Amino acid sequence: MAESTKQDIGKLLAKQGILIAFALFIIGFTIANPKFLTLDNFENVVRSSAILGVMALGVTFVVISGNLDLSVGSMMSFSTIVVLDLHDKLGPTLAIPAMFAMTLCLGALIGFLVGYLKLNSLIVTLGMLSAIHGLTLTYSGGKNMDIADKEGTWFAIFGQGNILGIQTPILIFIALAALLGIILAKTPFGRKVYAVGGNGTAATFSGIRRARVVFLCYIMSALCVATAGLIQASRSMGSQNTVGQGLELEVLAAVILGGASLLGGSGTIFKTVIGVLILGFIQNGLLLVGLDFSVQYVVTWIIIILAVWLDIAAKRGKLMSPIA
Amino acid sequence: MQVGKLSKYLAGGAIWGFIVLELIFFSVAGEFFSVSDKAFMDADNMLLLLKQSAPIGIIAMGMTIVMVNGNIDLSVGAIYAICAIILLDSMTWTMFAGLGNWVIPVAWCLALLTGLVLGAINGLIVWKTGVDAFIVTLGSMLGYRGLVFMYNGEQPTSHLNWTLVDFAEAQFLGLHTATWFLLVVTVAIWFLMNRTVHGRNAYAIGNNREAAVNAGIRVGPHMMINFMIIGFLAALSAVVFYSESGSVNPNDGQLYELWVITAVVLGGTKLTGGAGSIVSTFGGVIAIQLLRKGLAHIGADTSTVNLVIGLILIAVLFLDRQLNVKGKEELKV
Repeated sequence: MAESTKQDIGKLLAKQGILIAFALFIIGFTIANPKFLTLDNFENVVRSSAILGVMALGVTFVVISGNLDLSVGSMMSFSTIVVLDLHDKLGPTLAIPAMFAMTLCLGALIGFLVGYLKLNSLIVTLGMLSAIHGLTLTYSGGKNMDIADKEGTWFAIFGQGNILGIQTPILIFIALAALLGIILAKTPFGRKVYAVGGNGTAATFSGIRRARVVFLCYIMSALCVATAGLIQASRSMGSQNTVGQGLELEVLAAVILGGASLLGGSGTIFKTVIGVLILGFIQNGLLLVGLDFSVQYVVTWIIIILAVWLDIAAKRGKLMSPIA
Repeated sequence: MQVGKLSKYLAGGAIWGFIVLELIFFSVAGEFFSVSDKAFMDADNMLLLLKQSAPIGIIAMGMTIVMVNGNIDLSVGAIYAICAIILLDSMTWTMFAGLGNWVIPVAWCLALLTGLVLGAINGLIVWKTGVDAFIVTLGSMLGYRGLVFMYNGEQPTSHLNWTLVDFAEAQFLGLHTATWFLLVVTVAIWFLMNRTVHGRNAYAIGNNREAAVNAGIRVGPHMMINFMIIGFLAALSAVVFYSESGSVNPNDGQLYELWVITAVVLGGTKLTGGAGSIVSTFGGVIAIQLLRKGLAHIGADTSTVNLVIGLILIAVLFLDRQLNVKGKEELKV
């Protein structure tokens, strides 16, 4: 009896380890700096994680379907640059849908290559990372993009405005998370995404059109990336060509931290949001405590590995790997 | 059978055919578009090409073993940067002040040792925790980059040692020092992969891990050794490059992992493990460098290079799938 209780506690620790660690972090940070646990700071963290978070929502779909998307960073640079450029040429009302259409085209291309042609997603999106970066540079001619008349446009609302006292990036993040969460958890499409990621062959045999599901996952991802690009563009009203560089791996880190398996078939939108918030809070907490930003990289490294390790250990019932 | 042989031959030789095509294309196109009046196939230009492909090429050899073994290493760029900093900074440490020029081998050894240790950490985590190498090295890519920034903030680390620069710029039998390093590493890793037990086992583990375990191969140590090799080679690559340049930015080496993986995949190594050859990786490295240089030669800018390399990578993946017999198990990470 005592033995089994001990095992249960071990299992609980392993399963909820990341949340417990998160709670400990918050307590520690609060003791070190009381400003940490204030509503202002909370709002701050969520706002600054919103761009990463929005991208992570889309990547969650892709990862659950058993694929990877490494192109989101350069795709985000692309949509930011495009919307800033078109803003001055067409005006914001036309620029935003045009940018969404162009980003969705890129997503559709990746979805076609991975879904219908069944090419390896890691390599395809690696190639697209480079190709889209080239496309962005060609489009902008390597120059930074700036909105000429920063005062006379309502475009800033997506990044800097607030509705009913809540900042717009936060609202967009919450709304999109709720919408995608419902799609993933409550609709037939969401079920199919899990089925395809869990066992592709079985899904095909049970009549699910695998290629189409994968295709739609990449469309979702592109949609989220375009939204993230919109927030980024509206927040800074000007941008370099490399604004999203390296974000793809941070996004992936957040998704993995949320507990999605890279093999596909597991993960939820809610967990991804938690993953994003953990990264955001740790970043913020370390800065408030007065540590250099570089420490946050090292801490993220340790947390990612511990989180995945505990998750795997809980599944196999042993802490150490059985590999000889 | 005949068809299978043909496609295998095509797949194996494809990278070299691609290189020949590139050479022809850039030579012809260079006549019309080039801003310089020198021919593309100029001997000096080709020697420079070999030298410039050394940093990526040396790491790519290590990546081939790791990928044949069924793993991947995303942290090479960060290891590269740390080792470069150790190399340049250690030459200014006061405890080595009395060594004169003997500080060079000491600094080299320190840098290489650092690479070896960082690789070993990756390998040990992959082995002992059973976490996928993609995640482990994704994490350490961030972590090691954090160490780089902790070491010297956002300041570049610089130290020029002219003896070292002379050595790095020297030419022996017409080839640059960096080229020699690339060739020696290629031969050494080829020997390791094709003529030693460790190499055979690496293929076996990558091809079918369970079968390898059942055959009594100790999977863990082999994986760890491979991670140590790639860490060492990332350090060697940094040593070769920064001996000449003498200054390292904390962001150096970023995206190297992507270039290296592109070169290895162009060379035909499978992500699933179990297949791949060092000679083809060498071809992949040359092909990429040729493309970068060739496009620059005909006046295209970096944006076009990125675009073309990305599209070629996808095209190669597609062709590879078409050439290989269908019905084989699908590529999956």
